[in-house]
Amino acid sequence: MKNKWLAAPYVVWMAIFVVAPLILVVVFAFTGQDGSVTLDNFSNMGTYVPAFWHSFGLAIAATLICILIGYPLAYFLSREKLMVRKVAMMLIMLPMWMNFLLRTYAWMSILDDNGLINQFLSSIGFFNVWNAIFGTNIQFFHMINTQGAIVLGMVYNFLPFMVLPIFSVIDKIDPKVIEAAQDLGASSSMVFRKVIFPLSLPGVLSGVTMVFIPSVSTFALSRLLGGGKTLLLGDLIEMQFLGNAYNPHLGSAIALVMMVIVLVMMAIMNRFGEGEEGVAVL
Amino acid sequence: MSKELIRLSDCFMKFDDDVILDHINLYINDKEFLTLLGPSGCGKTTTLRIIGGFQKPTSGDVYFDGVRINDVPPHKRKVNTVFQKYALFTHMNIFENVAFGLRVNKIPDPNNPNRMVKVPEAEIKQRVEEALALVNLAGYGKRSVNSLSGGQQQRVAIARAIVNRPQVLLLDEPLGALDLKLRKDMQIELKRIQQQVGITFIYVTHDQEEALTMSDTIVVMNEGKIQQIGTPEDIYNEPKNAFVADFIGESNIIDGIMHEDYVVGMYGRKFKCLDKGFAPGEAVDVVIRPEDIDIVPEAEGQLTGTVTEVTFKGIHYDIIVDFRGFKWLIQTTDYSPVGAKIGVKIDPDGFHIMKKSQYSGTFGDYSSYSSEYDELNEDRLEENEDEE
Repeated sequence: MKNKWLAAPYVVWMAIFVVAPLILVVVFAFTGQDGSVTLDNFSNMGTYVPAFWHSFGLAIAATLICILIGYPLAYFLSREKLMVRKVAMMLIMLPMWMNFLLRTYAWMSILDDNGLINQFLSSIGFFNVWNAIFGTNIQFFHMINTQGAIVLGMVYNFLPFMVLPIFSVIDKIDPKVIEAAQDLGASSSMVFRKVIFPLSLPGVLSGVTMVFIPSVSTFALSRLLGGGKTLLLGDLIEMQFLGNAYNPHLGSAIALVMMVIVLVMMAIMNRFGEGEEGVAVL
Repeated sequence: MSKELIRLSDCFMKFDDDVILDHINLYINDKEFLTLLGPSGCGKTTTLRIIGGFQKPTSGDVYFDGVRINDVPPHKRKVNTVFQKYALFTHMNIFENVAFGLRVNKIPDPNNPNRMVKVPEAEIKQRVEEALALVNLAGYGKRSVNSLSGGQQQRVAIARAIVNRPQVLLLDEPLGALDLKLRKDMQIELKRIQQQVGITFIYVTHDQEEALTMSDTIVVMNEGKIQQIGTPEDIYNEPKNAFVADFIGESNIIDGIMHEDYVVGMYGRKFKCLDKGFAPGEAVDVVIRPEDIDIVPEAEGQLTGTVTEVTFKGIHYDIIVDFRGFKWLIQTTDYSPVGAKIGVKIDPDGFHIMKKSQYSGTFGDYSSYSSEYDELNEDRLEENEDEE
């Protein structure tokens, strides 16, 4: 059993950089600026309830959109030839190899009032037609600095994390099981509803986890794509540690509450998916 | 019993450049237990999948009850399948697995025959319980698939396939994944189920003993062609060629000459046999089953040879005897030591004479006895993994 010592470096790493900070966050959350034990950090959080709503609301929207786009993509890819699948997977992964900020800056210039989309639309005379039909007088669509732009940023950045787990689960479904369903009288739509979709739920669950958690805690996206108009939890926490509002105790408390809410949500989801094979979330 | 239910007419199937089925003609009677038997890649599973609707023949026609069904998809055929590795729905319990076929199908409304309605819940419950009872799994409905043993999962697969009351049940090597003892029990059980529900079973296997035990009719296939169709007794006692003789049980196959009706010559001697209808002097294959050979003292033997190998098999000994360079397998309860000179006697009904075929000379020689056994075992393993 001496091989278990090979795990030692990571165990030490975890102790120092995962467990200890967690304890610190808890300690900070329950203490005041003067070091005394207090619940003030939690009772003062009321002002920030909108940030919670925004963060969870936008993250849920982004996750749902990722499912709507990602599931069909994963499903049809799993039925393609090996070559098509490889190329498509490559294309899905490729953006992830580029820096997150760089990608987000790119979206800024695409969505800007004078950005790529609006320039293209006005160059083909789209707005003239639009104004003629609807009796309006617009020269561009206002897209940047909206909540929609934030959701778009989340979807764009996290979609691969939805597609990949769903794809790998669907890909592993035994074709014989599908044949068995057809054999017993199920039409293609019934085969999907009653067999393929339920069997792919574990993939959806892990996709949801992998999209929702980074979405809910994201920062920078709201500043860059949302114009800082929508305060999200990630930005709020950042401000407490690095910004003018310096108050690590409040920041820790917010982080802790957010973590607990996410944990509860994930626990409910896992309960929902219980009995499925290989639920590998959390 | 004798009404024709399924007919494959001149079915030809090509995959890329490989001929999978070479112009198969086959009819299957109602309520019959028919087995497609052959080695890996002989086309038996393809034949089954054509009947199930999962594959279409490149050319040729499939008829069900007189109607051409080439283009009818699987879910519209009155045929259900038991798959090799069960293919159960792991996200459902046993009850829901069996109920699946009833839930996805609609039946005519009893009050208004033009309307299709779902099967009522009470009927589903009753029929699922009947099906589970038939396979001796009454009371297992609430269990999950993964809590069941392989044998039990196989029973669920059978219950699931018969709950729709198909006219034909297709079974694709259903016992392949079970151990020997369980397989033997299930063979008897399957035969009982077939007789109890009174429908046609089409069974695919590479196991000749399984085929002999259960079938009314056996179809022996090799290289995409049907080699022989017959009852188990016909196939065993009157094999058509060296391939069939070798595949069904052990056979010594020796070159011989038919001198006249009822007289066959081999090793330069004449033997009495019960076969006739060959041209005088025609070269033939002579099949002698290992259990039809009596060992007698050297002086009394029709032929004499030397024992080269003895293996104890429990109920008998496998003895390899060298007759002038050609080795025979003899199964006997009398022990003879290696190196002993022995004589053998064969009764006239112990000979079976076959016309020469493309398989002549390739089977029925036990010169490489032990290695042949290894090959057989390897084939089996391969088959379990690869058979599509």
